[in-house]
Amino acid sequence: MILLNLYLSFAKVGLFTFGGGYAMLPLIESEIIHGRGWLTVREFTDIVAIAEVTPGPIAVNSATFVGYRLAGAVGGIVATLGVVTPSVIIVLALAMLASRFENSDRLARVKSGMRPAVVGLIAAAAFSVARVALVDSKSMMIAAAAAVLVFWAKLDPIVVLAISGLLGMLIFS
Amino acid sequence: MRRSIIIEGDKSMDSTSTSDSGRKIDKPVGGDQNRPRASLAALFWTFLRIGAFTIGGGYVMVPLIQRDIVERRGWIGKRDFVDILAVSQTAPGPLAVNTSVYVGYTLRGIRGAMAAVVGCILPSIIIILLVAALFDQISSSNYVRAAFAGIRPAVVVLIASAAIKIGRPVVRSRVELALAAAAMILVAFVRVSPALVVTAAAVYGLLVGVGGTKG
Repeated sequence: MILLNLYLSFAKVGLFTFGGGYAMLPLIESEIIHGRGWLTVREFTDIVAIAEVTPGPIAVNSATFVGYRLAGAVGGIVATLGVVTPSVIIVLALAMLASRFENSDRLARVKSGMRPAVVGLIAAAAFSVARVALVDSKSMMIAAAAAVLVFWAKLDPIVVLAISGLLGMLIFS
Repeated sequence: MRRSIIIEGDKSMDSTSTSDSGRKIDKPVGGDQNRPRASLAALFWTFLRIGAFTIGGGYVMVPLIQRDIVERRGWIGKRDFVDILAVSQTAPGPLAVNTSVYVGYTLRGIRGAMAAVVGCILPSIIIILLVAALFDQISSSNYVRAAFAGIRPAVVVLIASAAIKIGRPVVRSRVELALAAAAMILVAFVRVSPALVVTAAAVYGLLVGVGGTKG
């Protein structure tokens, strides 16, 4: 029963989160902490901290963590499946719809408006990360080094992430 | 994991120049016959790699997919990738999950979507299950904190470079530039929801049409 509830609760979180990432946190808070009483606020802030220092979408990380706390590894997997189920169904439906109207002029017009907006959204994401990431001269230096690695040395993004993590260890610890 | 198809990948970087035999570039779903076919295993491994390095928010996945799937493997064209991102940002759920579902579906149908999404979330699941046991040691480790303080500034640069790369073939007229700038300001500074902005831009495109970018 706990597994079914875990699945349903996280499916709800997945279904009603738009914008991903941190947009999901208030929903998790109301559903999991206040709604179900599965976590304390203190545990929740721990989860946010851990989601920040581990790879993967914060929604997936929190689902796995909460599920694990409540029902072990199986709980972690069930909660994670719950959070991704709505995405999988909705995106698949949209993809199928788009492929059906592939040659439609209307869809082409819709896309002509959406494409520049998407570019703007990605730029906006850079700004929102910059707000929390570029906080002092040290972090500015790392950003400058990363810019050289990305734009001039044209290194793989994964290599850039690894190098800047090492730089962080040298500089900040 | 790096059996990359570099030749095709390079070609795809310039897909907007329509150099390759006048084929239709903007086929949104179903896979393009002229592109290398993705095996389910390759799709899974590629997304596993991407999932393992999506650190610092779902948007980090954009430069990672751009590099691995658009440029290196050449599985998806630049513009198709923008269309996929548009849908991924409009649908509910984590951006990383939405994007992998759509990319996987485009390449290999429903099974492809499953391979991609499982690959994408598996590293998070494994790492969180490991971390949950050792939670206190890890979250209070100075080295871990320092490494992430270093990664975050790099994430800014990676996302900015993705915006530039993705924007180059898409933003080519004043109207498009104005749309991109408006979207950026609305989301970054006015805090309007990305889904709302993409929807508004779609309606604007449908009613008014945006010149320069056909199809």
